[in-house]
Amino acid sequence: MPSERDGANDSERSLLRFITCGSVDDGKSTLLGRLLYEAKLIFEDQLAAVARDSRKFGTLGEDLDLALLLDGLEAEREQGITIDVAYRFFSTAKRAFIAADTPGHEQYTRNMATAASTAAAAVILVDARKGLLAQTRRHAYICSLLGVRAVILCVNKMDLVDFDRDVFFRIAGDFKAYAADLGFAATVPIPVCARSGDNLTWRSTRSPWYAGPAVLEALEGAGGDEQAADKPFRFPVQWVNRPSSEFRGFAGVIASGAVRVGDPLVSAASGQSARVARIVTFDDDLPFAEAGQAVTLTFSEEIDLARGDVLCPPHDRPDFVDQVAAWLIWMTPEAMLPGRSYIMRTGTMTTPARVSALKYKVNINTHEQLAARTLGLNEIGYCNIVMARPAAIDPYSEIQRTGAFILIDRVTNETVGAGMIRFGLRRATNIHRQTHAIGKPARSRALNQKPCILWFTGLSGSGKSTIADLVERDLHRRGYHTMLLDGDNIRHGINNDLGFTDADRVENIRRVGEVARLFVESGLLVLCCFISPFAQEREMVRSLVAEDEFIEIFVDTPLAECERRDPKGLYAKARAGQIANFTGVSSPYEAPQAPALRIDGLGETASAAANRVIELFLDAQARSTTSP
Amino acid sequence: MLHVARKAFWPAPPPFPFLHIATGWDFSAAITYRDCIAKALGLDLIVYTNEEGARRGVNPIASGSVLHAQVMSTEGLKQALSRGGYDAAFAGARRDEEKSRAKERIFSFRTREHTWDPRNQRPELWNLYNTRVAPGESIRVFPISNWTEFDIWSYLRAEEIPVVPLYFSARRQVVTRKDMLVMVDDDRLPVDPGETRELMVRFRTLGCYPLTAGMESSARNVDEIIVEMLGSSQSERHGRLIDHDEAASMERKKREGYF
Repeated sequence: MPSERDGANDSERSLLRFITCGSVDDGKSTLLGRLLYEAKLIFEDQLAAVARDSRKFGTLGEDLDLALLLDGLEAEREQGITIDVAYRFFSTAKRAFIAADTPGHEQYTRNMATAASTAAAAVILVDARKGLLAQTRRHAYICSLLGVRAVILCVNKMDLVDFDRDVFFRIAGDFKAYAADLGFAATVPIPVCARSGDNLTWRSTRSPWYAGPAVLEALEGAGGDEQAADKPFRFPVQWVNRPSSEFRGFAGVIASGAVRVGDPLVSAASGQSARVARIVTFDDDLPFAEAGQAVTLTFSEEIDLARGDVLCPPHDRPDFVDQVAAWLIWMTPEAMLPGRSYIMRTGTMTTPARVSALKYKVNINTHEQLAARTLGLNEIGYCNIVMARPAAIDPYSEIQRTGAFILIDRVTNETVGAGMIRFGLRRATNIHRQTHAIGKPARSRALNQKPCILWFTGLSGSGKSTIADLVERDLHRRGYHTMLLDGDNIRHGINNDLGFTDADRVENIRRVGEVARLFVESGLLVLCCFISPFAQEREMVRSLVAEDEFIEIFVDTPLAECERRDPKGLYAKARAGQIANFTGVSSPYEAPQAPALRIDGLGETASAAANRVIELFLDAQARSTTSP
Repeated sequence: MLHVARKAFWPAPPPFPFLHIATGWDFSAAITYRDCIAKALGLDLIVYTNEEGARRGVNPIASGSVLHAQVMSTEGLKQALSRGGYDAAFAGARRDEEKSRAKERIFSFRTREHTWDPRNQRPELWNLYNTRVAPGESIRVFPISNWTEFDIWSYLRAEEIPVVPLYFSARRQVVTRKDMLVMVDDDRLPVDPGETRELMVRFRTLGCYPLTAGMESSARNVDEIIVEMLGSSQSERHGRLIDHDEAASMERKKREGYF
C-alpha cells in the first residue's frame, strides 16, 4: 500500500490521507466529486456513466450530479445516501491523496471513526445557512479522538447566503472557539460553493474578501507536522522468518522510530536484549530503517521472540501491562457488556480481554459524561480493559500503532469495538477482593469528612513539603483527620529498596498510590508530596480512586530557583555528577497539563499558597456534601 | 502482487501456492508469461478451468460476455477455492478501478457459498485487520487495494519487473467490436474477410481476449506508458467489455463471487 514510505512514487510527492465529514445535505459527495472534476481527474468514461446515471438517479435535473461519482453501491443510490466508507484516489503535481468519504449521521459514527483512523487531515463541511450543528461538533470530536491533526472547515453553499463575509467569519469563529480544546494542530476555514466549484481549486471572484487558500491548496499544505520516525522505536513482531537453520529473522513493519545495525533492542515482554545484526530486505541489507518500512531484523545474540512481541530500545520501553484505561467506540448493535470476554487485537498480538469497568459514556454532541452500564452501537465510552496476558502498549496520543486496538466478538467474529489507549494500569488481576461490611462510606461518616488525596507534584526544592505542612496544620486545626506521605520519608521505609531509575520511580509512585488509596479507604485526607515526574504515573494514581478523590496541585517553581534554594545540597551534587537520574538535571519532569491548582513557586509565599489549597479543598468538600 | 509477496517473505519463499483460473480464452502471451515466471521462480502454480462449463460449450462469443464471465470466471474461481479448501485468497484488485471496488475492504469476507454482502462488512481501523473466519468461510485479501494505476506502473518501473508484452504497444491484428478494438489472438474469433486491420495497440488490462479492448497507442515501454497515462481521458476498466453490460454490474458480479 502506498503508506507514507512504501508508495511507488514517494520520492516525488508525499501522500495525504484525509476524511470528508458532513451530513447528507451538506454536499459532501458533491464537494469531493467537484474537486476531482475541477482538478481534471475524472475520466471520460466515468463522466459518461455519471451523465447516464444523473438522468436516472440524480437530483439536479439536467446538470451532472457529481455526487454519483462517489456513491458506489446500488442500495445507497436508491436511498440517496452514502452508507459506507468510499475511497478516492487523486494526485496533483505536488501531492498524492486518498480521500475517504463517509456518511454524517450519528448512526454512522463507526464508519467515520474507521475512515478517521488512517487520516491525517479532515475536511469538515458546514452549510452556510445553518452554521455549526450538533453533528459538526460530533465530527470534530471524533476526528480529535482518533488523532486527526489538521482540519479544513468548508463553509459550503455560500451562494445561498450571497457570499456574505459576516456569515463566513461568524461560522469560522464559532468553530475555532468550539475546537479550542480538541488538540488540532491547524484549522483552515474556507468559504466554498461545491456545486459551482468556488474556492475548491481556484479562488472565487464571488468572495473577494477571502484571502486564504482554495481547498486543494489547503490539502496540499496539510498535515505532516508529526513524524512517526522521531518517536521511540517500536517494532511489533509479525512473523518469525526461518527458511533454513542458518537464518532466523523477525519480520514486521516499524510502527514508530528508527533502528540502525548495532542498536541494542529488548523484548518488551521478557526484557531479553540483543544487538541488531542485520536489517534484511528483498533488495539489500539496510544500515538504517524507520517508521513505515517493512523489514526483517536478525540479532547477534540469541533472543526468544514470537508474533505479538514488541522490540524497543532498552531505555525507552512501552508499558507492559495487562490492564489499560482506554476510549472505546462500539461498532455493533449488540451492546458491549463489561465482563464479557472479547478477542483483542493490538499491534500484532491477539489475546482475550474484557472491559472491567465502564467509567462513563460520552454524549458525542455535547461531550457530557454520562453514567452507563453498557455501550450501544456508535457510542463512545471510557473504560478499563483487562487482558488475559500482558501486552506492550503506549498511550495512543503518543504512538498510534501501539496505542490502538480492536475488539472482536468471539462468536460472530465481527469487529465490534475500536479502542484508543490513554495509559497502562498496573494492577493485580488474579487476586479477588474480599468484601467487608465496613467500607469507605462508613469510615468516612464516622470521621465526618470526605476522604481524598491532595497530590503535590513539582521539582525537588520547589516547596511541596513546606506548603503541604502548612496545609496539614490548618486542616488539623479545623478538625480534619489527615495523613501526610512525603517522598523522603517513604523512601526510608516501604520504598527503601528503590533507586531513581525510571522503572524505580514508576514503582515508587505505584506503591505510594496504593498506600494513599488505603488511607482514602480508611476515610483520611491524604497529603502526598512527591516529585512524581511522570504524567502517566500521576494518572495511574488518579485512576486508583474516584474521580473527585484526587486533587492535583502543581508546585511550579522554575528549575533555576529550586537550584538556588537547594535546601538539601542535592542540586550541587547532581551537577557535580555525584547523583545520577536527578529530576530536572539528568532526568525529565513532565509538568501537569491541567492541574486542579497551579502554585507559582516564585511569586507566591508558602502561606498564600497553602491558603489557596485550603480554599480549593473546602470547595470540593462542600460540593461533595451537596451531592453525596 | 507476486513481487510484493516475494518481498514480504524474503528470504523465505512465499508460503502459499499461486492459482490461475484459466477460462480457455486468455491471451496466449499471458499464458506464456505465466508459465515462464512460474518456472523461473519455482512457484507452486495451480491452473484451474471450469471443465463442466467448457464441456457445455460456454464461450465468450456464442454465450455472450455475461454468461461466459459467470460460468468460466466466477464459477471456476469458486470451484477452485472450494476444492483447495483455502481460507484466504490474495488478489490484486484496487479501489481505484471501479466504484464498488472503492468500498471493498482489504480483508473481504465470503460466505461458504463465496458470496459477498456489501452491506455487512467489517470495519477496518488503523492497520488492525480482523482475520477470523468460521469453518468454511473464506477471505479475499487485496493488499494493494490503495494503489492506483499510476502507482502500479511507477512500481513496475522502479523495481524493473517484467510484464506481459501485451501491455506495450506493437503492431497487432485487430477487429472492431461494439466500438472497441479486439485483438485476433487465435482463429476462434469469427472475422469477416478483410475486416482485420493492423494497428499499434496495447492493453491496460488483460481478461479474456475477445472481451478485452485494446487502445491505440505508441507507448512501447514503461516510461512511455506513464507519460501516456498522465494524459489519458479513459479509465483503466474502460477496456473491460463486461463492466458495461449494465450499471452496477461489477457490484452484482462481486456479490456472486467474482474477484
